Amino acid sequence: MPADAPLLAAISISKRFGGLAALAEISLTVGRGEIFGLIGPNGAGKTTLFNVLTGLYRPDAGEFTFDGARVTGIKPHRAAACGIARTFQNIRLFANMSALENVMVGRHARTRAGVLGAVLRGASTRAEEAAIAGRAYALLEYVGIAGRAAEPAYSLSYGDQRRLEIARALATDPKLLALDEPAAGMNATERAELARLLERIRGDGMTLLLIEHDVKLVMGLCDRVAVLDYGRKIAEGAPAEVRRDPAVIAAYLGGDIA
Amino acid sequence: MNGARPHPLLPDDPRLKWALCCVAAVALIVLPFAVDALLGRAWVRIIDVALLFVMLGLGLNIVVGYAGLLDLGYIAFFAVGAYCYALLASPQFGLHWSFLAVLPLAAFVAAVFGVLIGAPTLRLRGDYLAIVTLGFGEIVRIFLNNLNRPVNITNGPQGITLIDPLAAGGVALNQTHTFAGITVAPVHGYYFVFLACAAFSIFISLRLENSRIGRAWIAIREDELAAAAMGINTRNIKLLAFAMGATFGGVAGGLFASFQGFISPESFTLLDSIMVLCMVVLGGMGNVGGVVLGAVLLTALPEALRYAAPLQKNWLGEVYVDPSDLRMLLFGLALVLMMLFRPAGLWPSTMRRRELAGGGNTHAG
Repeated sequence: MPADAPLLAAISISKRFGGLAALAEISLTVGRGEIFGLIGPNGAGKTTLFNVLTGLYRPDAGEFTFDGARVTGIKPHRAAACGIARTFQNIRLFANMSALENVMVGRHARTRAGVLGAVLRGASTRAEEAAIAGRAYALLEYVGIAGRAAEPAYSLSYGDQRRLEIARALATDPKLLALDEPAAGMNATERAELARLLERIRGDGMTLLLIEHDVKLVMGLCDRVAVLDYGRKIAEGAPAEVRRDPAVIAAYLGGDIA
Repeated sequence: MNGARPHPLLPDDPRLKWALCCVAAVALIVLPFAVDALLGRAWVRIIDVALLFVMLGLGLNIVVGYAGLLDLGYIAFFAVGAYCYALLASPQFGLHWSFLAVLPLAAFVAAVFGVLIGAPTLRLRGDYLAIVTLGFGEIVRIFLNNLNRPVNITNGPQGITLIDPLAAGGVALNQTHTFAGITVAPVHGYYFVFLACAAFSIFISLRLENSRIGRAWIAIREDELAAAAMGINTRNIKLLAFAMGATFGGVAGGLFASFQGFISPESFTLLDSIMVLCMVVLGGMGNVGGVVLGAVLLTALPEALRYAAPLQKNWLGEVYVDPSDLRMLLFGLALVLMMLFRPAGLWPSTMRRRELAGGGNTHAG
């Protein structure tokens, strides 16, 4: 496939929960190396779109293609194996495992050792274990929390937990990193640091899909954004033009003002 | 900082480690003879049973301690292993296979049962899983109780008798042998076999715990959804936990059948499942050392409490409480006290200790 083909394409994705249309024919494309923002008011369907993409829910209609392959309705672990890694809006770490072990779990899909390998612990298994630990530690360094590697995940500060989730997601060697409100609950300094980290991740060749409420952060960081409202896509484009879009202003400030 | 955690059972200094291992090995070899001389042969038998429970506890620990799947029917795998051995090495069908063939087969059949019982329960968690596995455990026992008509397979409630002992090269473990002046009774012989099997179970458990598979199990226990998002095939890894746990139970069951020479469905009741679970929980869920400790203590405690009845007579001059009632009363009291003062188990895993020390959730602070 050509290099300029989009990494991810969503084509008319729909998802209903009972009578509620959480997603109504959402189509969007994310290019390689892009930071793509997904914004919209609470309940607009952003997280639902993530969940449908990463296999937590099956879409009722529509198609996802990722890296040239159809990935609609695949199982969550297959999504990770395909190269879609995600973080969660309400942090979901393995709370009682150490920070390092959390990231080591992220290597699961890219390593092979089974029961026999674990019990015999031959040269190849030992080498693989060492590589897992080495890579995990390097990723903790990359996100800047290597000093807390041995500490249980729950004892990390809120910002560090967010970073740990990113490190764990990166450990799956993704092609697309999907972040669900990574800046939620952070103060201004932490946000600025996070923005630098995300820039750096993109600079190293990653494609990012970002759900974020903080408009300032999104505008500064994203190459393109899509705006969802009540499950529909109401705008898409460069941040500057989307910000002037009357429909977007209406969605954020209320219909009467626009 | 390379991910290799210090060995949970051994100190760091290699010389000290070796010395400790040698002392422990000598102590374990002398143990049955010393106990025989000091406390009597009945206690050697109790130690043998304790070693079987160590294996059972370690097997259940994989399911409950690592993968976090509450299994209340675990004794079913013990039963499957025991009946496998009993049917293939007894006059029941006139088959007398070698234990070298039957024990691996028992492990395999138990693993298959583990997957069969695990598969329909994959979507269940916590209490619901416990209820369903409890039901499965009972179903297995009831099947064993009733598979004597119309075709007699298990001999029903009468059980299977005259089961072959472990034997190799003309030496059967159910006879007393004398080696270089040392009398080795059946209980001694079985002790060494069970010790070897228990040691092997400990080895496997420790290796699994610190492996890719072990981390996947613990990740599923901590957060199944996040584990799946990290690329863990939760269905297969959970089934693997059921199968691995069942394997331990199957081998222990086969050994139990050969040791007793007689089995009946009565040996595999819900109470036995609960007992094994108690050992895991009280010893320290998820910690191999704790589970071993729990299995040994909870096997020995009810037996040790038999001495409480004569004490009652000696001290109070009268038997006020029925000895068997008193025994269970004190046993229950001991369990309550242990849970009050050591809620994470006698020897908890570091993770459990963290959990009960006030962590448990991310962004709790």
